[in-house]
Amino acid sequence: MALQSLDIVRRSATTLPEPQARGAHTGQVAKLIDVTKCIGCKACQVACMEWNDLRDEVGTCTGHYDNPADLSDQSWTLMRFAEYENPDSGNLEWLIRKDGCMHCADPGCLKACPSPGAIVQYANGIVDFHEENCIGCGYCITGCPFNIPRISKKDSKAYKCTLCSDRVGVGLEPACVKTCPTGAIVFGTKDDMRQHAAERIDDLKSRGFDKAGLYDPAGVGGTHVMYVLHHADQPSLYSGLPKEPTISPAVRLWKGIAKPLGLFAMAATAAVGFLHYLRKGPSETDERDEEAARRELEKTS
Amino acid sequence: MTNHWVDIKNADLVLIMGGNAAEAHPCGFKWVTEAKAHNKAKLIVVDPRFTRSASVADVYAPIRTGTDIVFLGGLINYLLANDRIQRDYVVNYTDLSFIVKDEFAFADGLYSGYDADKRSYDKSSWDYARGDDGYVRTDPTLGDPRCVYNLLKEHYARYTPEMVERVCGTPKDKVLQIWDMIASTATPDRAMTIMYALGWTQHSIGSQMIRTGAMVQLLLGNIGVAGGGMNALRGHSNIQGLTDLGLMSNLLTGYMTLPDEKEQDFEGYIGARAQKPLRPNQLSYWQNYRKFFVSFMKSWWGDAATAENHWAYDYLPKLDKPYDMLQAYELMNQGRMNGYICQGFNPLAAAPNKAKLGASFSKLKYLVIMDPLATETSEFWKNHGALNDVDSSAIQTEVFRLPTTCFAEENGSLTNSSRWLQWHWKGAEPPGEARSDLEIMAGLFLRLRERYRKDGGAFPDPVVDLTWQYAQPHSPAPEELAREYSGSALKDLPDPKDPAKIVRKAGEQLAGFAELRDDGSTASGCWIFCGAWGPTGNLMARRDNADPTGIGQTVNWAWAWPANRRVLYNRASCDPHGKPWNPGRKLIGWNGSAWVGADIPDFKADENPDNGMGPFIMNPEGVARFFARGNMAEGPFPEHYEPFETPLATNPLSPNQPQALNNPAARVFAGDREAFGKADEFPHVATTYRLTEHFHYWTKHVRLNAIVQPEQFVEIGAALADELGIGNGSRVRVSSKRGHIEAVAMVTKRIKPLTIEGRTVHQVGVPIHWGFLGVAKPGYLANTLTPFVGDGNTQTPEFKSFLVKVERV
Repeated sequence: MALQSLDIVRRSATTLPEPQARGAHTGQVAKLIDVTKCIGCKACQVACMEWNDLRDEVGTCTGHYDNPADLSDQSWTLMRFAEYENPDSGNLEWLIRKDGCMHCADPGCLKACPSPGAIVQYANGIVDFHEENCIGCGYCITGCPFNIPRISKKDSKAYKCTLCSDRVGVGLEPACVKTCPTGAIVFGTKDDMRQHAAERIDDLKSRGFDKAGLYDPAGVGGTHVMYVLHHADQPSLYSGLPKEPTISPAVRLWKGIAKPLGLFAMAATAAVGFLHYLRKGPSETDERDEEAARRELEKTS
Repeated sequence: MTNHWVDIKNADLVLIMGGNAAEAHPCGFKWVTEAKAHNKAKLIVVDPRFTRSASVADVYAPIRTGTDIVFLGGLINYLLANDRIQRDYVVNYTDLSFIVKDEFAFADGLYSGYDADKRSYDKSSWDYARGDDGYVRTDPTLGDPRCVYNLLKEHYARYTPEMVERVCGTPKDKVLQIWDMIASTATPDRAMTIMYALGWTQHSIGSQMIRTGAMVQLLLGNIGVAGGGMNALRGHSNIQGLTDLGLMSNLLTGYMTLPDEKEQDFEGYIGARAQKPLRPNQLSYWQNYRKFFVSFMKSWWGDAATAENHWAYDYLPKLDKPYDMLQAYELMNQGRMNGYICQGFNPLAAAPNKAKLGASFSKLKYLVIMDPLATETSEFWKNHGALNDVDSSAIQTEVFRLPTTCFAEENGSLTNSSRWLQWHWKGAEPPGEARSDLEIMAGLFLRLRERYRKDGGAFPDPVVDLTWQYAQPHSPAPEELAREYSGSALKDLPDPKDPAKIVRKAGEQLAGFAELRDDGSTASGCWIFCGAWGPTGNLMARRDNADPTGIGQTVNWAWAWPANRRVLYNRASCDPHGKPWNPGRKLIGWNGSAWVGADIPDFKADENPDNGMGPFIMNPEGVARFFARGNMAEGPFPEHYEPFETPLATNPLSPNQPQALNNPAARVFAGDREAFGKADEFPHVATTYRLTEHFHYWTKHVRLNAIVQPEQFVEIGAALADELGIGNGSRVRVSSKRGHIEAVAMVTKRIKPLTIEGRTVHQVGVPIHWGFLGVAKPGYLANTLTPFVGDGNTQTPEFKSFLVKVERV
């Protein structure tokens, strides 16, 4: 099966080879968020909710403009507002960053996911969750260097921005891009977005932001959501955007050593069990066991 | 707007002051980002708070709310003192060379002619001096001490950078930095646009703030040019159309005015408005007033409007005073107005001093609400706990709630800030029993007319004779109304140059207001809209976004009033000989026989520039006015007066004149002055405003909006929060003399304490959008706090500057 431009090139927890005949010959996609053009209007949040049929709770004011207060299974993107007093210029800056999945080229979530096919990466670069395969273990959260996926309390499955893979797959831009009134969010091939960013960075440098730059961190192989920042040397100013994000060592360990070991351990357990069955036969229960189990169940329910 | 949204991309410099375009107009704000990204424009924001607009500005400066005239008056002083004005522009296109009457004077904050008891001026001295030829005397050398240039210079000499720092609290180095940037646009090749909104209009001196901004733009030669202008950002849809169609209590359509009670004589009424030119060879376009007025009266009263009865002039009410909304609620409060039809309006939330509003509504016999939503006004009588703590049993007002359609459930035109009439089409059927406003009003009218027909009464004629020729009288179609306000020929119209030729047949739609006549042969409900639905059909429905010149004119997109002109005063974009000041951004130019270009010329199309006709054709002067003559209530030059609730005891510009502390010509009703607070009791300066996540009091009914901004808050600077021990996210009480609200404290670095006259003044921000109905968290109506006083000219309430006290809860 292949939706146009949505060929899966990687699936979580599988060693089967992926189809390789088709590729993103016209270039992988990227969303570029120009933080310096963003006015924090939250139209992107509303467009995301509308397109994806999400409705978060009507929350409370916590003393910030960030509403809802955090990402959730119902809020896949969120404006984060940070007040920064620039010691060099003496000026106050209100740094507003649209938070959400970065769609890493080397996705920690996918690497960490133990459930086959719950997380996939398409040829165009989008990293997508297939919730029907999700077992709700939360390893993707551990694997994500940007703290993005959230487990739903309703169905115990992980959710995050899909980069509107359903729209992109049929040649449309993501909903947030379409709605952005100032053109702060743009979408295209990654090369084009890099070029657009370079022009924006020139403009920012001409306005005194010497450290303006593109956020496309190498530690995760680059991302398919990139930022133009006024202070590219200090991404953490933008509500804690990590400076050099990398996949958690625990996930690398899991992928590198622990997982093969674990698989060996599981295989060994299964083998021992099988030998045990061959020698002892099937396990059987009597009435007393059943009665005890029923009592146990009543106690806990 | 003098210009339009798309044109902002042509600006070299954008000044946002008295508004917060990124917050309240995020879609239009895209043109600011365009100007920055593709025109290397710089953005300056001057605001009491560091706003969303400020977050993308090149320079931000704080200011104490209500002191903008000091900042801009200082700028005028700076431009004049340093001769950083576009001299050829101002000498030729403004009244700087005009001589003012000797009797005109200004001292200690008051102009000549003040009557303290009436709180108004005898304006007879506020005028130009006339020569023997009847025309205004001028001195093109600007040497005469009584010419406007020298009076202007003298007036603003007091507005020094030091004064600005003392009164506005804006640091002097920031002030000078911004003034220098602004002054850079005095050259013909650079343009600045000013974007403002309610941050200027909602002050007791709001109209004068806007005038001061316009005067700055004139000095810089930025009016009439691409990328320039004075651009009012209209908020509520369809508020531009509302004023265009004359829904202010003192207006007729197209900015014609209702007569006042002294104007019983028709010719006197016309003569006062169809002013003769004040200088030779000026167009003074309002000389056509009679054509616009007669066509309007024919539109309303058809055959009943005749030359003999002065086109039914006696049918029009003659005003004894303005009947603005504050006046209406005052009359209710006095028990003199006892019924109220409230259409698309939520005054309990949207008008100042909720306690007074609630008391006023309680005295009504009936209150009719026409609205798509359940408004607070419709439940003013219902107890909602602390949020609306009323005793329902003590209120006898009968309330009728009539659900209406909303804009997406009907066809029609909306007029945006750019003056574009854009036709829209119904997107959905209305729910339940909702009916269009047209249908409800038609039903009411038909019943009233029936009663007047049957029972007569003192003067039934204006109601009985009103034209009502709609296919379905109980439900006029928007298309029928659009054709009516645009206008048509009532008889065959002969060509004035060749009477044998007929230019319009009877019944044909007119192409524009130039076709209107004063003999009753044409009808047009709103002369500035004439041509919107022309002989070729509905031009408002056009959607051609072609922009052949690349400067964003798109003259075939919808239809702009007047005459589909996109930039007002565009004649001023050319030098006196008709050559564009800036050939790189040409709007129009003189080609030797006609004015042509990317826009529809705002000028006589074949007028040779060498004849000296001025570009400001609506003024009898032919040029723009620095000296407003008698057109403003407070005086010909804007002067700073403190808000009615001020942290200061005296006006620093006129410290010895107590009458000049606040606007001396603003109307204050008895009883309201007592409800003004003083700084000793209410030490903090507050301002109200809107947030991008919400629209007025509507979207608290919408879940998506409620999700992204759920709960009422007030913004408090970190310094004040420290002083009062208020933690971010805790609850605070904000009180004024008129009541209190409670909300979450948002403690922020974006509001800094200001040093005013040597004292620290803290400002507090109060967003408005919450109330006791809707799906957002219930909240207090912000206008519980605001004072019941308005601008001296428009009576727009002073929502932006008042005194409060902030406390921990």
